[in-house]
Amino acid sequence: MIHLRNVRFRYNSRYVLNGLDLRVSPGDRIGLVGPNGSGKTTLCQIIMGLLMPESGDVEIFGKARVEERDFHDIRGRIGFLFQDADDQLFCPTVLEDVAFGPLNMGKTPAEAKRIVSATLASLNLTGFEERITYQLSGGEKRLVSLATVLAMEPDILILDEPTSGLDEATTERIVHILNKSDLTFILISHDREFLERTTNKTLKIKDGIIYEP
Amino acid sequence: MDLEEFALGDSCIHNLDPRAKIVSVFVFSTVVALNPWVPTAAAALVFPIILILAARISVRRVLARLAVVNTFILFLWFFLPFTFPGEVIYSLGPLEIHREGLLYALLITLKSNSIVLMVIALLGTSPVFNLVHALSHMGFPDKLVHIFFFCFRYVHVIHEEYHRLAKAMKMRGFRPRTDIHTYRTYAYLVGMILIRSFDRSQRILAAMKCRGFRGRFYILHHYKMKKYDYLVAISSVVISAALLVAK
Repeated sequence: MIHLRNVRFRYNSRYVLNGLDLRVSPGDRIGLVGPNGSGKTTLCQIIMGLLMPESGDVEIFGKARVEERDFHDIRGRIGFLFQDADDQLFCPTVLEDVAFGPLNMGKTPAEAKRIVSATLASLNLTGFEERITYQLSGGEKRLVSLATVLAMEPDILILDEPTSGLDEATTERIVHILNKSDLTFILISHDREFLERTTNKTLKIKDGIIYEP
Repeated sequence: MDLEEFALGDSCIHNLDPRAKIVSVFVFSTVVALNPWVPTAAAALVFPIILILAARISVRRVLARLAVVNTFILFLWFFLPFTFPGEVIYSLGPLEIHREGLLYALLITLKSNSIVLMVIALLGTSPVFNLVHALSHMGFPDKLVHIFFFCFRYVHVIHEEYHRLAKAMKMRGFRPRTDIHTYRTYAYLVGMILIRSFDRSQRILAAMKCRGFRGRFYILHHYKMKKYDYLVAISSVVISAALLVAK
């Protein structure tokens, strides 16, 4: 589904990705680990087309992706959960925020509302529609962010440290949600126990390339 | 900082269509701002006061808001009566109080208060987001509407960021004084908030792009103007017009 070949990316003169290869196949539940600053987030942003690599090939869903335009159609199919929920939730109410993606995908307001109720229900967040996003607690914000991503009905999920700063109960809910779904996902985390419980494959980034330990 | 302290409520004013409110406030404010006569300016105060009472919002908190506005206006009363040329009605040593200056200060006071009251009564009683929706329904340029909306959404986040930084400074023993160290520290604080806000705006845009954003917002709720909404909008226009022709 995702195939990166020999990807190089640098900030100023420091190469964070230096000839990296990555292949993601259907059913993969990948845990991506590596020290701080090793390029985990950078790699995910390259997959989403938010950053462009200096060299190397990005092939997603069987097509080469080179410019911004090539990435438009994958954004509905790969869901990206940001580290900071305040970056992700920008609408005043939960309903509007979760509906934002489906509306961008061309759904009608009525369809979007149906998707919102179904997604919230699947995350046990029924009744959150009219809550004000910036007044939610940290854990609620994270779950609602996850709802905004799942509402787009993606084929692949990328989660950037989904459990950082969460209490045990909320972490438990995220484990449950991930294990219940049959989505392919890439999970960035430093939490070993969490990775052991959710993933079936671990990849490690070090010195700009990926190892399979 | 709460821009929506009057927004929650269930009165005939709260439930008005936001478009009717925006039109009413716009017409009324323009007429009041252009009006050069004190008696009509005084009469203009009556309309927003009626609306405030109809909205059943806390009069005490409305007065607190007005107090802020009037602190600024107070400065005009220190200067205008003495400096505005006109007939002298009283002398305080070398200072002379002019009749026209007094009237002018009074006029400004009346105008500002009635416009602010009108804004509180009508715009203050709608959640900001409804006003944003109304603006885009009314065909305002998308960019302006988006700027207004994002300012409102992230003013809280930036304010919190400021508090976090200010607290961290305090915990390391910072106390503001009148010296270079204080000025430099504040400059760093402001600089840091600007940079963080910029970074955050980039991340928000990235997050929006990931969800398929391509420069267009789709609206979920649609408003319908009811008879009652037209009635209020038309009566505010009529009242404003009456103020305009009355001398």
